[in-house]
Amino acid sequence: MARAATTADAFNAVAEPRRRQILDALSGGERPVNDLVALLGLAQPQVSKHLRVLREVGLVEVRGDGRQRMYRLNGRPLRPIYDWVRAYEQSWSRRFGELDAVLAELMEADGDDGDG
Amino acid sequence: MTVTGSRAAVVTLPADTQIMITREFGAPRHLLFLAWTTPELIRRWWSGGRGEVTSVEVDLRPGGRWRYVLAAQDGTEAAFHGEYLEVVPDERIVSTEVYEGLPDAEAVTTLTLTEAGGRTTLTLLVQHTSRENRDRHLEYGDSLQEAMDLLEQAALAAR
Repeated sequence: MARAATTADAFNAVAEPRRRQILDALSGGERPVNDLVALLGLAQPQVSKHLRVLREVGLVEVRGDGRQRMYRLNGRPLRPIYDWVRAYEQSWSRRFGELDAVLAELMEADGDDGDG
Repeated sequence: MTVTGSRAAVVTLPADTQIMITREFGAPRHLLFLAWTTPELIRRWWSGGRGEVTSVEVDLRPGGRWRYVLAAQDGTEAAFHGEYLEVVPDERIVSTEVYEGLPDAEAVTTLTLTEAGGRTTLTLLVQHTSRENRDRHLEYGDSLQEAMDLLEQAALAAR
């Protein structure tokens, strides 16, 4: 059930860490699949599977170049949401990190005060 | 089992007009409630290290108002305010929230605290009136963000 959702749109498709790695690799420019296989240290069928998912949501485009198939990043489907969500998530993570420190102090005080 | 050791906030978009933030804390919920609603404590965590919380007003009762002001290191200020609609101590707060830079995009935020085995799961559901406002909240609600990450740069370059 959750699995189907991971490929439903661009935002969910990039929740998978390997697919993020592929996108990061392609952010430097177009690459053949063999490069991605070497970079990720995965078997080619796995890389191809991830590439297929990324193509389905429009994040990756492919073209034939002689015998090679060249993959490139298309960031457009991500722009409306993904970057904002990541930035938003990071900002809440930092905020909650500070909150952890406050809570640690409150817990200590709770223990010290007892019922006094 | 899920990876509960992770201390990252999880942000999901349950619907086109919603943002949901979830995080687990190693503390009982009454202390989370205290830290969430006490001005001197809010000042210490709410900026997330991105500046100084220069003003916190909390009138914690239905119909009461709240307002926070954050001054970023670069000198810019961001202020947020709203009204409490529902307050259930240690459990739940429903309030309106508006970023004063986008005064038309008022949201209703529901904070829920559930405790199990001394740990507390916090969920914050932000309900906007339109997808456009929800997206602007995501984009500008944390406009004090640092530089764009690699992927975003790539996305812009691929325009």
